[in-house]
Amino acid sequence: MPAWFGHRSVTLIVLAAIVVVLPLLFPSSYYFRVASLVWVSAFAAIGLNILMGQAGQVSLGHAGFFGIGAYAVAIGPAHLGLPSWGALLIGAVISAASAWLVGRPILRLKGHYLAIATLGLGVLVALVITTESRWTGGPDGMSVAKLSLFGWRASGSSTWYWISGGVLVVGTWIALNLGETPTGRALRALHDSEVAARVAGIDVARFKLQAFVIAAVYASLAGSMLAMMNGFINPDQAGFLHSVELVTMVVLGGLGSVVGSIVGAAVLITLPQVLTVFQEYEHVLLGLIIIVSMIFMRDGIVPTASRWLARRVRV
Amino acid sequence: MAEFFQFLMSGLTVGAVYALVALGFTLVYNASDVVNFAQGEFVMLGGMVTVFVAAAGVPLPLAALIAVVAAVAVGLLLYWLAIEPARGASAVTLIIITIGASILLRGAAQILFDKQFHKLPSFSGDTPVNLFGAAVQPQSFWVLGGTAVIVLLLYAFLERTVLGKAVLATAANRLAARLVGINTATVMALAFGGSAAIGAIAGILITPITLTSYDVGTLLALKGFAAAMLGGMGNPLGAMAGGLLLGLLEAFGAGYISSTYKDAFAFIVILVVLFAMPQGLFGRRVVERV
Repeated sequence: MPAWFGHRSVTLIVLAAIVVVLPLLFPSSYYFRVASLVWVSAFAAIGLNILMGQAGQVSLGHAGFFGIGAYAVAIGPAHLGLPSWGALLIGAVISAASAWLVGRPILRLKGHYLAIATLGLGVLVALVITTESRWTGGPDGMSVAKLSLFGWRASGSSTWYWISGGVLVVGTWIALNLGETPTGRALRALHDSEVAARVAGIDVARFKLQAFVIAAVYASLAGSMLAMMNGFINPDQAGFLHSVELVTMVVLGGLGSVVGSIVGAAVLITLPQVLTVFQEYEHVLLGLIIIVSMIFMRDGIVPTASRWLARRVRV
Repeated sequence: MAEFFQFLMSGLTVGAVYALVALGFTLVYNASDVVNFAQGEFVMLGGMVTVFVAAAGVPLPLAALIAVVAAVAVGLLLYWLAIEPARGASAVTLIIITIGASILLRGAAQILFDKQFHKLPSFSGDTPVNLFGAAVQPQSFWVLGGTAVIVLLLYAFLERTVLGKAVLATAANRLAARLVGINTATVMALAFGGSAAIGAIAGILITPITLTSYDVGTLLALKGFAAAMLGGMGNPLGAMAGGLLLGLLEAFGAGYISSTYKDAFAFIVILVVLFAMPQGLFGRRVVERV
């Protein structure tokens, strides 16, 4: 296999090319909408993958941060008179601050205990959003003001296609480069063995916390984008099932693989759209596809496919 | 005081169901290291199959038996078709497989049954029993008694039979168990079948009180998992204690503080417990080997 094949700038160029070329194949605005949903979910999944794939820590409550970002751009303009972009930044800061605050005690937990603690946090966020209906509209959700910058208003599915696609490319670029920084190397070391990493002089707690905060900010920004794109938000976006969906994207695509998260998001977002033709069999097929692909590609789609390709090319 | 007993009884009733789901989690986890997120679907199957078989004219006890058998069959199929072929995959891959299975089972229930809520008649009438001034549904005693019987039977099975000891040996050390001639694949199938049966019975017992529908499994899996972790993963006694505690927290939180935030108290307590005891209330300390 040629040396340039797996290089990160190649990955980035291919992704950018796909984002640019894909609209040429779109027959209707519905396709723009689905593709934007993929980009937004992929952005959140890439962030979660930094925590899960690189640092090896599970989060089953990540939709909580997604919800914080989404409701920030909903509540900020509606109740506090803030501009949307300001609310988006405030949402990201709140997500980062809360991840930092709860991260220290929570990230001491291991494996399934960490899973249940993060799950608990996610449930708490979703519960507050559902209950404080004076601010959030309760279970019915609330409408979200359109994004406007210097008098220009972002609306329409093709506009949001380009915004979300552009943000995804930037997010991918950051995530790909993170792997080569001292932080990325430290995360990989503590993924393999926390004890060994600590012996090697790595401040395990600090790097886990960094990964948690980065993942929270990714999710928060994705939530803000989705809310402004849809012009509407409801508590499901912060709920347990959405957290599980994000984790499934990461694992299905391939833990630790940035491209994998994008592929995982693409599969999990487009599959239900495609499966609607099977009507009531939709969920049965979705479950079946998840099971079968995890059995035959247990490391995820992208790592399995690239191993297969590598074997092919060598022969 | 009447109020207190009212909350106590409703907390124990709901808690008993959480405890049974947590027990199912524990059984499967100990035998196979799999956290089975489809555990809640067994509870759904228990209730839904009983409702629909009974509606077809079959007497209730027979319908309940059919439901348990159906759930066990689904549990065994889940093990043979989805878990066994993925043997050796990472823990998180196996979790995603069980999540896929729960989506599949929920979808299948939607087609086979419907999307309505369903009720079963109470087993011994609807006249409340007066207990220290609290009006208690007779069905609550069925739930609590049923839970106690299941726990005692499980205990007797694990401690008094050769097969039960094989399960315990597999839980303690799979490789060593295989070395002394235990068929660990059979033990794992047994664990999946057993936890399915426990879940289905829980579903049958609670349906007269809480109703059932195709999607009750998700929330129960979440609560059961929380209960198992609160008690300490892998400890059956911890699972029971965690489940009952979770039910009581919800009932007293809803009764005395705020009913809209009842789930919040449970999870806040879980977070506080885990901060103080990272292995849960009765969990073993795990030492990482390098």
